[in-house]
Amino acid sequence: MLTIKNLHASVEEGAEILKGLNLEVKAGEVHAIMGPNGSGKSTLASVLAGKDGYEVTEGSVDFEGIDLLDLDAEDRAKEGLFLAFQYPVEIPGVSNVNFLRTAMNEIREYRKEDKLSAKEFLAKVKVASNLVELDDKLASRAVNVGFSGGEKKRNEIFQMAMLEPKLAILDETDSGLDIDALRIVSEGVNKLRSKNNAIILITHYQRLLEYIKPDFVHVLNDGKIIKTGNKDLALELEEKGYDWINEEIAK
Amino acid sequence: MELVVDNKVLEFVADFKKQDTESKVRKQALDALNGMDFPTTRVEDWKYTRVAKYVKKKYKQVQASVNVEDYTIADLNAHQLVFVNGYYDENLSTILEDDAVSIRNIEDLDEDYYSDLLEDTEENVFSLINKAYQTGGVFIQIKKNKKANYPIHLMHILDGEEVIANARHFVLSENGSQAEIVATYHSKNSANSFTNVVLEGNIESNASLTINKFQTEAKDVLHMSNELFIQDESSNFLINTITTGGLLTRNGLNVIVEGENCHTEMNGAYLGTEKQHIDNHTIIDQLYSNCTSSESYKGVMDGKSVGVFNGKVIVRQDAQKIEAYQSNKNILLSKTASVNSKPELEIYADDVRCSHGSTIGELDQEAIFYLRTRGVSVASAKQLLVSGFIGDVLNKVKNEALRANIDQLFLNDFGWKF
Repeated sequence: MLTIKNLHASVEEGAEILKGLNLEVKAGEVHAIMGPNGSGKSTLASVLAGKDGYEVTEGSVDFEGIDLLDLDAEDRAKEGLFLAFQYPVEIPGVSNVNFLRTAMNEIREYRKEDKLSAKEFLAKVKVASNLVELDDKLASRAVNVGFSGGEKKRNEIFQMAMLEPKLAILDETDSGLDIDALRIVSEGVNKLRSKNNAIILITHYQRLLEYIKPDFVHVLNDGKIIKTGNKDLALELEEKGYDWINEEIAK
Repeated sequence: MELVVDNKVLEFVADFKKQDTESKVRKQALDALNGMDFPTTRVEDWKYTRVAKYVKKKYKQVQASVNVEDYTIADLNAHQLVFVNGYYDENLSTILEDDAVSIRNIEDLDEDYYSDLLEDTEENVFSLINKAYQTGGVFIQIKKNKKANYPIHLMHILDGEEVIANARHFVLSENGSQAEIVATYHSKNSANSFTNVVLEGNIESNASLTINKFQTEAKDVLHMSNELFIQDESSNFLINTITTGGLLTRNGLNVIVEGENCHTEMNGAYLGTEKQHIDNHTIIDQLYSNCTSSESYKGVMDGKSVGVFNGKVIVRQDAQKIEAYQSNKNILLSKTASVNSKPELEIYADDVRCSHGSTIGELDQEAIFYLRTRGVSVASAKQLLVSGFIGDVLNKVKNEALRANIDQLFLNDFGWKF
């Protein structure tokens, strides 16, 4: 589904952050990417989602046979990519349902599908908001304005449920969540897992991976994936930190 | 002997028709004009709005006929009073059966009452030109303790080039009455024409008046409006000013609150494109205690347009326990658009709650990116953000027919959906 080869990216007119990253994600898989602060995790999410301000200097990203880097951010979403933000943006005056209706209609138009009827749309809103126990009222309120930290993260998964992406990148979705919210968000994500889609979890903590079981755990350090393992690797990281990997590599 | 006219104002009005009435108001305005000059940008109140090149031109007072269907608002179901180039057009107007409303010629307004009411209020050269040379207008009376059965639609149309429209209106909301006025401004083939309107009124005790002003004249006309309202005890006044038209617009709005327990609300939305210049000057003068006022103006400026906001709230020494809130927020959609915002509070009382604030910014790039990651195009994302920004001001327009008309215009002219 996603093949990243030798990806180099830097902040525009600035330092190189990704320094030759390789990653292969297949349908049905969940990949966790862990790594110390400043290792490039959020940059990877931003580059994949198409945020301005980053420059890809080398390498390629293939998404279902399409050159992802060649697409505008909105077209990446239309092709089935989704990014759950680490810090969801507050948008005063724009309601969740209002922009999601616009988004879903534009996505359907892009895919040459029929428009969603008002009834179908509202039925989806209901299912998706139930999935993350998001109050119906929040769905119709201005995007993230006055939402608690937990509500903002649940709102990200609500949107994921509405848009049904092929590949979802969850950027530190667990940060700032209490135990209950973490459980709700994780259960929501688990229900959205299927053999046809894939998830990349970017996280600092092993805790999230107890709820959402990854097939692979990657360690990102200094812009490269330096170790890949199964979910036991996350436990090991939790216990020992990151330094031992560097030492192991040095040997 | 030949008289040499060396006064720009007298030169400006030289060709206007002198009306042969005994009107004291006209006479006083004519006299006052003698000593007047047009404001320059050296005058603080006109610092950002330069009128020199417009007042050098000559304008004519001429009647015209229009197709009123082009300007009617579907389902408004209102008394419709049509003014073409400042002249009342009886044939195009419709006054419905309404025991709560009396609509007469402005000349029927009692001049002693009027002079008394407006004593010590300030005039400017444009309101004086209007009052000296007005060609039509209505005196609207909302009867005591009655609620108008229909909104009153004052429809102003400029038709023809280099025309000046001097319509003058007065609204008397009698004790305990309720009414809504819709004032719209349109133009057709009227390059270099000039709307110079005066709308004044008195909202008596316990009365409530709502005005929705919607100006959509073409971007080749000059629009000056002087609005003055006096509120008596326990009255309510709400005015929403929505401006998308005019090459240069100056909305001058003054409210003098002359009684306790009043509420005043002013909202404005202005949307500039190309080389439009939109200036909103407001004053709320609180003279008595226990009153509240709220003011919210929002601007979205694109192209090379210029916005000006100057809102002043004065709380006089004896006016205690006043709550006055004022805010002006602007979004610039282009690098070449600009806004000059000046919120002012003048407080002489010591027990008041007042706040004011002003912001000028761009669309939030983070928000645009966020929406794009959900599949929304850049254009739609901007449209959503602009609608979200200005929507709360438009929501103040409770008249559904007018609101639908506004939404339709925004969709047609800007591609913005609400």
